[in-house]
Amino acid sequence: MASADRPPGGARGEGPLLLGVRHHGPGSARAVRAALEAARPQAVLIEGPPEADALIPLVADEEMRPPVALLAHAVDEPGRSAFWPLAEFSPEWVALRWAVEHGAAATFIDLPAAHTLAWEKEGEGEQPPTTGGGAGPVRVDPLAVLADAAGYDDPERWWEDVVEHRGAGKGDALAPFAVLEEAMAALREEYGSGGQERDLVREAHMRLRVRAAQREFGREVAVVCGAWHVPALRRKSTVAADRALLKGLPKVKTDMTWVPWTHRRLSRASGYGAGIDSPGWYGHLFEAPDRPVERWLTKVAGLLRAEDRIVSSAHVIEAVRLAETLAALRGRPLPGLSETTEAVRAVMCEGSDVPLALVHDRLVVGDVLGEVPASAPAVPLQRDLARLQKRLRCRPEAVERELELDLRKETDAARSKLLHRLRLLGVDWGRPAVSRGTTGTFRETWRLCWEPESAVRVAEAGVWGTTVLAAASAKAEADAVGARALADVTRLAEQCLLAELPDALPMVMRVLADRAALDADVGHLAQALPALVRSLRYGDVRGTDTGALAGVAAGLAERVFVGLPPACAALDAEAAEEMRGHLDAVHGAVALLAEATAAAHGDLRGRWRAVLRTLSSRDTVPGVVRGRAVRLLLDEGELAQDEAARLMGLVLSPGTAPADAAAWIEGFVGGGSGGGMLLVHDERLLGLVDAWLTGVPAEAFTDVLPLLRRTFSAYESGVRRTLGELVRRGPRDGAAATGAGLPGFAPDLDARRADAAVPLLRLLLGLDEPAGSDADDPANDLVGVAP
Amino acid sequence: MPVSVDPLSVDPSTSLSAPAKESGTSEVLRPHAEDAFAAELTALAAQDDRPRPARWKLSPWAVATYLLGGTLPDGTVITPKYVGPRRIVEVAVTTLATDRALLLLGVPGTAKTWVSEHLAAAISGDSTLLVQGTAGTPEEAIRYGWNYARLLAHGPSRDALVPSPVMRAMAEGMTARVEELTRIPADVQDTLITILSEKTLPIPELGQEVQAVRGFNLIATANDRDRGVNDLSSALRRRFNTVVLPLPESVEAEVDIVSRRVDQIGRALDLPAVPDGIDEIRRVVTVFRELRGGITADGRTKLKSPSGTLSTAEAISVVTNGLALAAHFGDGVLRASDVAAGILGAVVRDPAADRVVWQEYVEAVVRERDGWADFYRACREVTA
Repeated sequence: MASADRPPGGARGEGPLLLGVRHHGPGSARAVRAALEAARPQAVLIEGPPEADALIPLVADEEMRPPVALLAHAVDEPGRSAFWPLAEFSPEWVALRWAVEHGAAATFIDLPAAHTLAWEKEGEGEQPPTTGGGAGPVRVDPLAVLADAAGYDDPERWWEDVVEHRGAGKGDALAPFAVLEEAMAALREEYGSGGQERDLVREAHMRLRVRAAQREFGREVAVVCGAWHVPALRRKSTVAADRALLKGLPKVKTDMTWVPWTHRRLSRASGYGAGIDSPGWYGHLFEAPDRPVERWLTKVAGLLRAEDRIVSSAHVIEAVRLAETLAALRGRPLPGLSETTEAVRAVMCEGSDVPLALVHDRLVVGDVLGEVPASAPAVPLQRDLARLQKRLRCRPEAVERELELDLRKETDAARSKLLHRLRLLGVDWGRPAVSRGTTGTFRETWRLCWEPESAVRVAEAGVWGTTVLAAASAKAEADAVGARALADVTRLAEQCLLAELPDALPMVMRVLADRAALDADVGHLAQALPALVRSLRYGDVRGTDTGALAGVAAGLAERVFVGLPPACAALDAEAAEEMRGHLDAVHGAVALLAEATAAAHGDLRGRWRAVLRTLSSRDTVPGVVRGRAVRLLLDEGELAQDEAARLMGLVLSPGTAPADAAAWIEGFVGGGSGGGMLLVHDERLLGLVDAWLTGVPAEAFTDVLPLLRRTFSAYESGVRRTLGELVRRGPRDGAAATGAGLPGFAPDLDARRADAAVPLLRLLLGLDEPAGSDADDPANDLVGVAP
Repeated sequence: MPVSVDPLSVDPSTSLSAPAKESGTSEVLRPHAEDAFAAELTALAAQDDRPRPARWKLSPWAVATYLLGGTLPDGTVITPKYVGPRRIVEVAVTTLATDRALLLLGVPGTAKTWVSEHLAAAISGDSTLLVQGTAGTPEEAIRYGWNYARLLAHGPSRDALVPSPVMRAMAEGMTARVEELTRIPADVQDTLITILSEKTLPIPELGQEVQAVRGFNLIATANDRDRGVNDLSSALRRRFNTVVLPLPESVEAEVDIVSRRVDQIGRALDLPAVPDGIDEIRRVVTVFRELRGGITADGRTKLKSPSGTLSTAEAISVVTNGLALAAHFGDGVLRASDVAAGILGAVVRDPAADRVVWQEYVEAVVRERDGWADFYRACREVTA
């Protein structure tokens, strides 16, 4: 729509109006807006993938809220993708909005994503690092060169001082761009393409598009692109030469869409290659109509007040003064982020970095989350999921149904992984259910139900990645960093193994190790250890590399060993009971762990036994824990039966309070740990218990009784009966021999009858000796296999 | 990395050009900063063409250069007085330039006093207006006292008044210094509130007041991890801009500080010379840094931090003790066993919690580290 009242072109030179910007620079954004207002072009051309042209009208949609990103992905390979993030303060966004609001034509003119994505693919095969996708490592930083020339050591600061911190320009809105173009031209003369050969191709494409636009709109064309490209677009070059550069580029089928973005992700380098550290600060600079420093510090004060720190207006006044004077001392025209941060630290935070971290997190980076209208095309994650569902023959249905998976089958294992990954992403399509019938670890039962919300969840999960695998990995990493309790992280580690996310595992492990190191509660550590060791075994079953996991688990065990003895002192009955549970759990975990990590971490078991010894001999440790420790040592074979009997005798001697002795017995033979059989077989121990029990004074007996009842009632009825019979019969004469003289058994082995059982045993155990030769020395063989 | 460039290491006779000064300070054990570095200050003042706040001897920019070091256009080399983050000095100088009082915080041995002395010397040319804070510091030390002979003979008058360093600084527009602010009793601390907010010191006995003239300011120092001190009231705290002086940034820097100081102390105490113990010193510094920072030097394992401060000053004392042990009772070589007990004593301040921290550290870090087997054994020995 041409309008007659448009002001004349102004002071710009020939050809199109070239607006060189810094991506995500608020000052650039403001300058671009002013320049567009002044020049009022009919067409605005923007550096970006032309496939997104169809998506430009969505910019005006009411539900569209930056930060958002243009996402390009290869159609048959959703994992291959690229992002072009746009924030409120991005010059490109400002230009798009301006064009849409003023009815000017807006188009993207960069090389199509079809080519750039194909380049990436190609890059994987090639050796030189410069051709790998994304920003090349040898690129000359044009800003660094200019900043160096101006005597700045930090290019960002130079740019901020020279460009971003300029308030709304009062003079010619186009003048700054002319100056910038001159500087960049000088740079390009010196450095050429700056080591980025692909830039030449992209610039050739941009030139062609600019020419096409000029044919259509005449001179009323504005181009918004990175300042670096401006001289190249100004350069005269023949159409044929440009075409030649673009010939034979590889190509993949590509799809584009808008996805919501966050400030946090803006701070990562991607797409435009301009990872910015302080999106919140930039957003503020762009939004603030005037006095940006005063407004910023007031904002900071507001945040600190909300967190219950005492910050008065006087603080803000002093902070502003400090920031401004500091800027003057450093020779800067206006306080930047570093000056305001120093002022906040010195005046409002009393020199402490702790509240400052809050300011950085909430304001400097910021929690802003973008929104995209529902009418935007589907995100690649949805496509990837649909493909997987088709491949695994697992259609989403609204009706609830049950799915039995046999993990030994490839398809079922893949289904299980998919469901686990979706659960990590918050898409509860399947929920694990209790298996009916078998309880084997290779079996999983799921309850499947695809609800309408599931589709929404998938769309939301699109920010995490373009494939289910990548998204789940990214989500798991983010969850690990954000997890509060140690147990949450161990659970996450388990989920990562179930869902087979090897890429996320290192991060989760790192967080786990850090949390374990800082957690002062041995109980938490002791709880986390078994889950971790369990994961280790899952990993074995599923063939994941669990080296890192084993290392972390060993470290965790080490911490438990150190922390356990002091933590066992001065516990009440309930806490002691809980500690006994931890003791059992750790013991089981250490046994499994020691096998897995014997090579790398030495004698874990030996150290654990040393801990148990310490526990068993320390008087401040509650009886139940001490008894348990002795029992575990006895089972390990670390403690001779004589020694165990001596310890038991010590505890059960009259000097010990009966209640404590009963607790010791509970620890030693209580619970479902086969303690009854021990008493049945070791008559001496039984004798000790028996002697102690008969010696308990009548008044103490009623106190001890409930504890003993609890201990002995847990035994199986057969064990209880045998014990009763043994007690009724009374101690045998010369009860030195153990394990002999049970009712119904002869005092000695009947060798003849034992021999008769040997051939069958051999058969059962698969010993390969021929059946005829086994009569040579059957007794030895029997000894060999009996334990 | 903050290093108090020790005055002893800068020989006044070489850094001073004025012979008159030299004779005047040669007998003094430790000359004031403005005397020791008079030549540098004069050179800076001569070439300083930037705007100076009222009664400042130098511009803020020149003060920062004086502390951080540099080379002037005429080739004069300014030695760095404070080796550490540039921003610390910049914020400190800016604070004083904006007429706000400056509070320097930090654990012992982070050059707080050193920085405050040099700031005062560079800004006012006089670092002697000093109030040393102790538990017994009276109000008179901050406000004014009386010459009782005069008071009785002539009655109350300005002549009978004995001004405090702070009062003199107010009257003359100078920089006053208060050392160890948090050791001063709370009610005496509060005297500063009026001085800092109203910039006036009333003398009710005479019905007069002393109003601070432009250029007056105050630098206070305080320990932020010391126990049993009088915390600042928020009213007073509000009047200060706070700058925290950090501990040394790198192992090398800290090893350097420790070995230099240990050497000096050893000579002062006439300890028998012990051959090169740099490896043990490095080990002590590494242990201290790791426990203090809560992370191993390779950045891969997190650790719990003990309750003690584990400052550089404590590392120095551990090594000095170890040297004494090695010299008098050992074979004259500083060994792991000589420092292990000292480290244990420095780390385990709280018998329950710190012991766990220490044992975890020994088992998880020391045991695994290559070449630390002797140290591990020594630690096990003293811990058991």
